[in-house]
Amino acid sequence: MLKLSRYVLYDIIRNKVIIAYSLFLFIVSFSLFQLEENDSKAILSLLNIVLIVVPLISMIFTTIHYYNSYEFIELMLAQPLSRSGILLSEYTGVALSLLSAFFFGVGVPVLLFAFDETGLALLFAGGALTLVFTSIAFLASVKARDKARGIGSALLLWFYFALIYDGLVLLILFSFSEYPMEKFTLLLSALNPIDLGRIFIMLKMDVSALMGYTGALYKDFFGSGTGIIFTVGIMLLWIVLPLWWALNAFKRKDL
Amino acid sequence: MRNILIVLLLLVICNVSANTVVVGKNSSIKTLRQGIAVAKDGDTVLLTKGTYKEGNIIINKSIHLIGVYAPVLDGDHKNEILTLTGKNIVIKGIHFTNAGYSSLNDFAAIKVIDATRIIIENNTINNASFAIHISNATYTTVRNNIISGTHKSEHLSGNGIHLWKCENAMIEGNSVRGHRDGIYFEFVTTSTIQNNTSELNIRYGLHFMFSHNDIYLYNTFRNNGAGVAVMYSKSVRMENNVFDKNWGASAYGILLKDISNSHIRNNKFIKNTVAIHMEGSSRIEVSSNFFQGNGWALKVQASCDDNTFHHNNFNGNSFDVATNGTMTLNRFYNNYWDKYDGYDMNKDGMGDVPYHPVSMYAMVVEQNPTTLMLMRSFMVSLLDKAEKAIPGLTPENLVDNKPMLKPNKL
Repeated sequence: MLKLSRYVLYDIIRNKVIIAYSLFLFIVSFSLFQLEENDSKAILSLLNIVLIVVPLISMIFTTIHYYNSYEFIELMLAQPLSRSGILLSEYTGVALSLLSAFFFGVGVPVLLFAFDETGLALLFAGGALTLVFTSIAFLASVKARDKARGIGSALLLWFYFALIYDGLVLLILFSFSEYPMEKFTLLLSALNPIDLGRIFIMLKMDVSALMGYTGALYKDFFGSGTGIIFTVGIMLLWIVLPLWWALNAFKRKDL
Repeated sequence: MRNILIVLLLLVICNVSANTVVVGKNSSIKTLRQGIAVAKDGDTVLLTKGTYKEGNIIINKSIHLIGVYAPVLDGDHKNEILTLTGKNIVIKGIHFTNAGYSSLNDFAAIKVIDATRIIIENNTINNASFAIHISNATYTTVRNNIISGTHKSEHLSGNGIHLWKCENAMIEGNSVRGHRDGIYFEFVTTSTIQNNTSELNIRYGLHFMFSHNDIYLYNTFRNNGAGVAVMYSKSVRMENNVFDKNWGASAYGILLKDISNSHIRNNKFIKNTVAIHMEGSSRIEVSSNFFQGNGWALKVQASCDDNTFHHNNFNGNSFDVATNGTMTLNRFYNNYWDKYDGYDMNKDGMGDVPYHPVSMYAMVVEQNPTTLMLMRSFMVSLLDKAEKAIPGLTPENLVDNKPMLKPNKL
């Protein structure tokens, strides 16, 4: 299985997209740190990249890769290998390459220029989001019948998590503004990995604002040990559940 | 012969008028109570090293009570320690501890009532409910005292330095912590508070009401439960103070309520939940202040009018300005906003595009605080961008027409 992952990794590195991606991240983060006179503003701009670009690239890349290596997967299936083993090694290869691209592209500049709590939170969120969206993309591509549908649904899912979900949250919070919604927002934040990652970073960046009113609840909850375990746990669930679902579907799929 | 007698008499009088009474183990006078009883107006009472538990001691003559090597006056948790009344009294270099607490009386370590020209200096006070309690006094000086309270709940502890109905007071160089309010002013006029540090108090670092024509300079207010409150006063000058890390749902760097004709200048506001909260205030000049990393730098309620905000630097605040209405009667100009992204064609150092410091999202959060959950999300930045293009919700008059491109020199 490890051997298979290694083949997948070699294959990904050979097609150079991942190198372009890591260079892109590196240049953007490096120049952000150079351009902005204070590092916290650069981190702020990086936050948008981590929350928007990283999930998008992870999803698109994974789906395209999946369809491109479809024939390879079929060939492997002809061998005496388990289906879940094949899919898992595909996942490991893709996730590892995306993760290393992220840690090279964003991690190195952050460690150089803003090695503090906020920077580390950013790296954690970015890494977790890469893994989460890779596994969501696997689910989308295994479920979809052809390439167009696969990429389409991946894009839609990204759009949902990055934008639509927050719009819905805003709608819900305004329609139920008469009710105590504080605890409920904790639940809402757990239902979207991007939101969870964002709040995790915000706790380090906007502590002062978050101490006001509802914010104190977040600080008390996410800032505490249980909160960090909660965040990590929910992120893990977001990685494991879609992947597990994809594995089940893949096992039963008529290829 | 008669002349000599007169000279001798004069000498005796002179000696008497500057007498020194020594109280201590090795002296003939063992208790402070005795020492005070012996002393006359103008005398100095030297209290030597040791611990004195003598209940409540009242000083009503003009004496200087000076501690040598920090003697301890212990209130035994049940008494007020010193009560001063009269004029020209000096209390210096004494360690007060364990003053009593009563829910009926405001027991204090040092209480001053109906007095004038009192100096309280270089003392240490700990474990008191009220540390220094001054009422109806003029020309009082409280200088370089170190006061630390009990950190108990709001109703069980008193204020560090409490002034009520005073004039011309000088509060200088004190350090207060762990009381209900660090420094408390009510009906205190023409007074100065400077170089004090007030931190870790349960409620306000400085609580200030109905006190006109006062000045506070170079103070540090840090980590207080609710920051600093200045209310119902006029002509207050607040300069060169530092407001640091006042965190909480109702914590403010400064809370201004019904203040008029005042100045807030050269202060530093760092990491407060709300740096300045203004309500019903008029004709206040806020200039040359530095706002860094606050949740909200300014919350200016619609009930404020005729205030000016200029030459301030806003740096890394989550929200620059928030307000609760669309009516704005205040003026903003020449501030530096780090979020400003305009240009300067004529190179005069001022941006050519006006800056609207109130973002759409700030208005949304003001109406519905739970939406704080969406801070920094893509959705919110889209909303803000849309609002910038077509303003609808944000107050259009709240605008800095000449924002600075570079930070102002402070």
